[in-house]
Amino acid sequence: MSTETLTIGKALNLGLRRAMEDDAKVVLMGEDIGRLGGVFRITDGLQKDFGEDRVVDTPLAEAGILGTAVGLAMRGYRPVCEIQFDGFVFPAYNQIVTQVAKIHARSRGRLPMPIVIRIPFGGGIGAVEHHSESPEAYFAHTPGLKVVAVSNPVDAYWGIQQAIAHPDPIVFLEPKRRYWEKAEVDTDATPGPLFASRVLRGGDDVTLLAYGPMVKTALQAAEAAAEEGRSIEVVDLRTLSPLDLDPVFDSVRRTGRCVVVHEAAVTLGLGAEIAARVTETCFHSLEAPVLRVGGYDTPYPPSKLEEEYLPDLDRVLDAVDRSMGF
Amino acid sequence: MRELVSEPDSPALPSVTTEAVDPVPGAGAPHLPQQPDLVQLLSPEGERLEHPDYSIDVSAEELRGLYRDLVLVRRWDVEATALQRQGELGIWASLLGQEAAQIGAGRAMADGDTAFPTYREHGVAWTRGVDPLHVISLFRGVDNGGWDPVATGFNLYTVVIGAQTLHATGYAMGLQRDGAESAALAFLGDGATSQGEVNEAMIWAASFSAPVVFFCQNNQYAISVPLERQSRVPLYQRAAGFGFPGVRVDGNDVLAVLAVTRAALAAAREGQGPTFIEAFTYRMGAHTTSDDPTRYRLASELEEWKLRDPIARVKAYLSRTGVADAAFFDAVEAEGDELAKRIRSGTVDMADPPGTAMFDRVYAEQTPHLAAQQAEFEAYQASFEGAGH
Repeated sequence: MSTETLTIGKALNLGLRRAMEDDAKVVLMGEDIGRLGGVFRITDGLQKDFGEDRVVDTPLAEAGILGTAVGLAMRGYRPVCEIQFDGFVFPAYNQIVTQVAKIHARSRGRLPMPIVIRIPFGGGIGAVEHHSESPEAYFAHTPGLKVVAVSNPVDAYWGIQQAIAHPDPIVFLEPKRRYWEKAEVDTDATPGPLFASRVLRGGDDVTLLAYGPMVKTALQAAEAAAEEGRSIEVVDLRTLSPLDLDPVFDSVRRTGRCVVVHEAAVTLGLGAEIAARVTETCFHSLEAPVLRVGGYDTPYPPSKLEEEYLPDLDRVLDAVDRSMGF
Repeated sequence: MRELVSEPDSPALPSVTTEAVDPVPGAGAPHLPQQPDLVQLLSPEGERLEHPDYSIDVSAEELRGLYRDLVLVRRWDVEATALQRQGELGIWASLLGQEAAQIGAGRAMADGDTAFPTYREHGVAWTRGVDPLHVISLFRGVDNGGWDPVATGFNLYTVVIGAQTLHATGYAMGLQRDGAESAALAFLGDGATSQGEVNEAMIWAASFSAPVVFFCQNNQYAISVPLERQSRVPLYQRAAGFGFPGVRVDGNDVLAVLAVTRAALAAAREGQGPTFIEAFTYRMGAHTTSDDPTRYRLASELEEWKLRDPIARVKAYLSRTGVADAAFFDAVEAEGDELAKRIRSGTVDMADPPGTAMFDRVYAEQTPHLAAQQAEFEAYQASFEGAGH
């Protein structure tokens, strides 16, 4: 057993390194990912060790990154594209939605698209416009894509390797404000499945769902609620497309209550889909409507307002109270 | 070092107009001085011309083969248009008038080269051995193109304008990494040159010196909008701004297109990087069968371009030089009729896909959610069995 204390950022770096060692067809592409090691240093040192053909500092154009990744994938490569910040994925949106997502089906399986699109997402870092967004619903809504969000160093280390080895295109969301969170990672362990949610904390009163950066917030809320005698079950969704809701249904059948938390705006966000499915499946077990806690339906605000915009422990507990009050 | 643009020393131009760009009326921009620069090896009258940079040596058999290609793809195209009119196809994008550009480019490709077409490259498909019915099936709504893009070296059609130019460039970067002596051939139209992604593709290709050739069929219109709205300079001159050669070729001259594309692909394979080819041509038909070109262009323009027909000049040359005789032309016509017959019956007899086909291969690994949805669909469909449906 080889256990290291790693941040999420370092775990991603090591996971990428291991994926590149395992498969010579893995090519990293992105802006500033070579000599600089990426603006978050996730690819630190990789160009030095794997060369400029495998860690490509691209021209500054996101559609170009994704479009050429498609061509490389057609040639048998496994491109891993870094989008520097969430808000910059939109210039590549056309390639992702009209091409990456559809080429496998269009070609009747003859052209697999094993592309990983890494996106540091979410707010809370005091940034300027376009650097704090949560675009996951756009991609989860798109057939042909898969979407995962990691919340901790263990999932970061294994998840990035599993995503790269997977035959379908995956939008891989990294919780940028948690890049520096640490945990023990056993780099010899056998990882669990990528497309599975996970119950992180057992509880009987309310089922609390979160992913990415909100997982930590959800766990803190559960901790605080426990002091008040409330028992909250916390589920890290981990995979947003496909959703893995069987553990959620099991949980809600016991608790009768469900709260979903994400940073993205609530309207037509992941919470809306989850609320619909939980209601369809657990209707007779529900003691309260499924509640959503998320960003307001505004553009992501200037950073002096982001504390008000982002769900925090208090807003989560407020929703728990409302659920319990039904 | 290759020149960024080909030298303006092409032979005296016959009747083909190469005044590329007129200012947009009322836009107030100055008329840019033009130096018409068109590679032409076969005049509209069927006379062989020489060009200092693009000589070509084609055997009699190759010449007859090119003629046959041109005639057969036109016959296919005419038949497909008729099939659409009779309700057998949802839509058809005609290549009428662009046969030489497509056959010349397609026949310039070598084994190992890969084409990245738009949705109009039926002629290129033909040269890659794609079954016309596999193209027809797309326009009938049966699938998104039934051919094998890997086996044919002819990628699937891309309907979003220009997106495939980036795929070609990325594929070329893969060829580079593999040390393969092959090239990618990206097709695009004049309208596509306005797309951001096409410009990104050219930046990428230049920066990485990727073995990709951009083959632009300038057919003068993006549906209804004339070239003048897309560019204030002749399109081939755009290449200089990206740092690689651009050349304009008479797109209705199959020999010139063949020569120019061969040279560009050879340069790409040899590591000299990209070339932009502007095949100057004209869309003789509508944009698609849904379009009405009488709303935006003059009949006189069409008449003028009829004089530059890509097939007539080859036929004239073959006849004059004795490379082909009436028996040959008759045989090609007969072959065309047979092809049309096969396309017609193959289209009319083409089965609709099963309903479950839409669930197939959305993913390499289908998700449990989609599998459940498919099962629901199948159960729902099955509920009608025996109910007269």
